[in-house]
Amino acid sequence: MTRRTSLDNPDVNLLQRIWRSVFPSPVRPHTEMGRKRFLRGNLILHFRPPTVKEKTLIFTLSWGLGGIAATLVLLQMATGILLKFIYVPTPIDAYSSVQSIMVQVPFGRLVRNLHHWCANLLVVVLMLHMLRVFFTGAFHHPRQFNWIIGLVLFATVLAANLSGYLLPYDQLAYWAVTVFTAMMGYIPGIGRWLQQALGNGSELGPRTLPFFYSMHTAVIPLLLAGLMGFHFWRIRKAGGLVVPRKPAEPIDEMSPRVPVVPNLLIREVSTALAVTATVLILSIFFDAALSAPANPGLSPNPVRAPWYFAGLQELLLHLHPVVAVCVIPLAAGIFLVSIPYFAYPQSSEGIWFASSRGRTQSINAAVTSMVITPALILVDALVVKTAPWAVDLSPVVRDGLLPLLLISALTTGGIFALRKRWGARLNETTQSLFVAMVTALVVLTLVGIFFRGPSMRLIWPF
Amino acid sequence: MTRQKIQQASQTTRTVENKARRSLLNGLWLTLSGLALAEIAWLVGSFLKPLKSNGSPDRPAKRIDAGPTDRFAPNTVTAFPQGRFYLACLKDGGFLALSRRCTHLGCTVPWDPEKEQFACPCHASVFDIRGNVIQSPAPRALDRFAVSIENNRVKVDISRPIRRSALGKAEVTYK
Repeated sequence: MTRRTSLDNPDVNLLQRIWRSVFPSPVRPHTEMGRKRFLRGNLILHFRPPTVKEKTLIFTLSWGLGGIAATLVLLQMATGILLKFIYVPTPIDAYSSVQSIMVQVPFGRLVRNLHHWCANLLVVVLMLHMLRVFFTGAFHHPRQFNWIIGLVLFATVLAANLSGYLLPYDQLAYWAVTVFTAMMGYIPGIGRWLQQALGNGSELGPRTLPFFYSMHTAVIPLLLAGLMGFHFWRIRKAGGLVVPRKPAEPIDEMSPRVPVVPNLLIREVSTALAVTATVLILSIFFDAALSAPANPGLSPNPVRAPWYFAGLQELLLHLHPVVAVCVIPLAAGIFLVSIPYFAYPQSSEGIWFASSRGRTQSINAAVTSMVITPALILVDALVVKTAPWAVDLSPVVRDGLLPLLLISALTTGGIFALRKRWGARLNETTQSLFVAMVTALVVLTLVGIFFRGPSMRLIWPF
Repeated sequence: MTRQKIQQASQTTRTVENKARRSLLNGLWLTLSGLALAEIAWLVGSFLKPLKSNGSPDRPAKRIDAGPTDRFAPNTVTAFPQGRFYLACLKDGGFLALSRRCTHLGCTVPWDPEKEQFACPCHASVFDIRGNVIQSPAPRALDRFAVSIENNRVKVDISRPIRRSALGKAEVTYK
């Protein structure tokens, strides 16, 4: 078969020749062969494999979460670029430039709202995505390292949200970032240096806003783009998504495949459109907050962290800052990073909740954590903070060592009970630990958002 | 036969030589790229490093005149927003200048005259009129500034906050 070129086809006019030079294959292919050529001939689509395993297309496997996250990041970049044209990154002009985006610029409010809602949704979607990947065992070989890339991506998105939080330079922003830079000061060794680099030692300095602005608009977007490419490439190298299976079934290597165009493409495009429509509706009806301009002399009462850091703020209310800032996040980070590298007796890839026993144990772990976390909060707030024996104790012991010992004892006891009493394998123990951790974070976050009143005292919201 | 042997021998020596040369060159390359990386890291660090002009510890004393001593009633706290401190006049008439910055994570603590305490709005730390911690998570008492009384006027040196863990008697300034 020889390719027909425009040279040996005199009927084609100039416009058609230009069109064909840009799109060599038909844009709306109708045959199987034509679709394959379309996929290969398209710059963006040729990153996709020609076929995927049919079982991975089931919506209840992935819930479309990865695709939703990618769509949200693209929307963030688009709206972010628009905002960048008007925003002025100096402490004096930042606030009024955000005001002018909201008041003067046509659709400025909508674009800012979009940027705000996408940022918040992104955190939710990434958390759910991480839960989905974990609970389907999609971190076993060969996806081990992609779990790590995913964690780094999540941390990067949190960094993007935090750095973006400062930019309006309103009261919310100012105090959230004051607290953040002060938190950095508690990191042993480099803390002081970091604090000096971020601000002016005790308060936000002239260098703080340029630093956060450069991070938010240059370093983090580049990092995100690179990491996302890496993440997607590793998915393809792993042979696509994990194939769902029942606990007794073996891993099916020869799962039947279907062409990506149109099966996967149409799902992805429709998800992306649905997400875009959802955030548009959210942004039309709900405005992103802009509080009073930053005032270093007056902390609003109470100062609340953005909801995704409310759990951390709740920890800071109870524990010594070094424990809340370094020890616990570090321990949680090490646990998350090592999840794919434990020596599991067998791969539970594709099995929801590892096994049927894993399912009941996860529920038990969640319930236990749901009882213990509020109990610990209450014990600290009602007993330790006021008891006469606790007043004379050094803060390092009372708020640092004792709670750490208690938490480690509870964790070790939990693991011991799981292994000895309920005969859990490593797969299920890790899962229960993960579930307990996530539940504790959710409880802490809910308490921080709903159960804290003026001066961050515990209140009953109903 | 001998020619072959000689050839073989020369080949082995050549590979040995090559090995040594190769490892030397590899080492050189590694060292050079390490140096280049260190240079780039130093460059990035110098951009992120705080500039020398601000935050140097040897600032000259900056004293604020808070007013005549008889203006402050015992057991009251007066805010000085310009100087970023509170002047506490204790029950016994002693003066104490307290930083308004919470020692936990840097929020500004407001004085509550009814409860007679400083309550941090960020993480619920509570301090008494002397700046001592009544309720954690604050790990230490509020920083203080040096107070002196000259010609019956209270002067506060706001150039340097003084860290402390507990309250000693010498910190309170009397008329």
